Amino acid sequence: MASKQAGHIPNDPVSVDPNRPQSGLPKYADDLNAIRSMMERSSRFISLSGLSGVAAGLIALIGGSYALFLVHQQGRGYMSHTAMPYTADFFSRLFILAIVILVLAVAAATYFTVRKSKKAKLQIWTTATKQLITSLLVPLIIGGIACLALLYHGQVQLVAPATLIFYGLALMSASKYTFQEIYYLGLLESILGLVSCFLVGYGLIFWIIGFGLLHITYGILMQRKYR
Amino acid sequence: MINIQSLNKEFESRVRLGIMSILMVRDWVEFKELKALLDITDGNLASHAGALEKQAYLEVRKEFVGKKPRTTYQVTALGKKAFTDHLAQLEKLMRQT
Repeated sequence: MASKQAGHIPNDPVSVDPNRPQSGLPKYADDLNAIRSMMERSSRFISLSGLSGVAAGLIALIGGSYALFLVHQQGRGYMSHTAMPYTADFFSRLFILAIVILVLAVAAATYFTVRKSKKAKLQIWTTATKQLITSLLVPLIIGGIACLALLYHGQVQLVAPATLIFYGLALMSASKYTFQEIYYLGLLESILGLVSCFLVGYGLIFWIIGFGLLHITYGILMQRKYR
Repeated sequence: MINIQSLNKEFESRVRLGIMSILMVRDWVEFKELKALLDITDGNLASHAGALEKQAYLEVRKEFVGKKPRTTYQVTALGKKAFTDHLAQLEKLMRQT
């Protein structure tokens, strides 16, 4: 249907605008555009702000670098394949850091998106939003539990790749209800995760690239395209 | 020459086009949400939705959530066909030029 092919979404509502052509061929062309735009607006969440991506990416970048610093401070690298077990105390510090990064990134992303919705006077809590959140959260929670299972079995080196893979899948699943570009971001995150699976020991670096740099790049691109 | 007679008169109004476009891609949609999406007044939406309902293009469900009435709309099979035909006609007209 028409909604599938439209790459960008015009920002005009269908309401009666005196500037719209009122008769003849221009009207029919305009009708078709209005229909396409309305189908997009009503079935997709289009307030997702590029700045959300940049903010979340920056937080991941800083948090990830700090984690890298902590690991090095312990005198051995996440990078250097050492199989020495982490102490419980060090481990819980990393875990808390991860939770802090997650909360801050989600909060920042939500802030910019809500701000954009308000500016554009768009409703935030619509059916499209609910569908978007469900399609994102379901794979994400399954992935999160799978990661906890990896931790439980002591497979620490696979946690960073797994977070990237599941996050990418979640984005691909959510892309049906928002900008199509999200699909490619998800694909890249997953591929990065897969590569990282085979380069065990560089997990944190891949994690910083995926959650930090990719988000920032994506955010800047989207901000320029849809501003 | 272009045959404008073939266009469905019921869809002349842009508000009706808007209502139909939304309902084509979504299941039950609330009055409140339709109003916000189309950016029109209550009365305007109610009268156009009423006209479409009269043609049996829309199905209306009215219920109470607590004490508040809630109206939701869904497109009927007939409405879907009428709208698809209308779209096909519009596209045909555009191609002729």
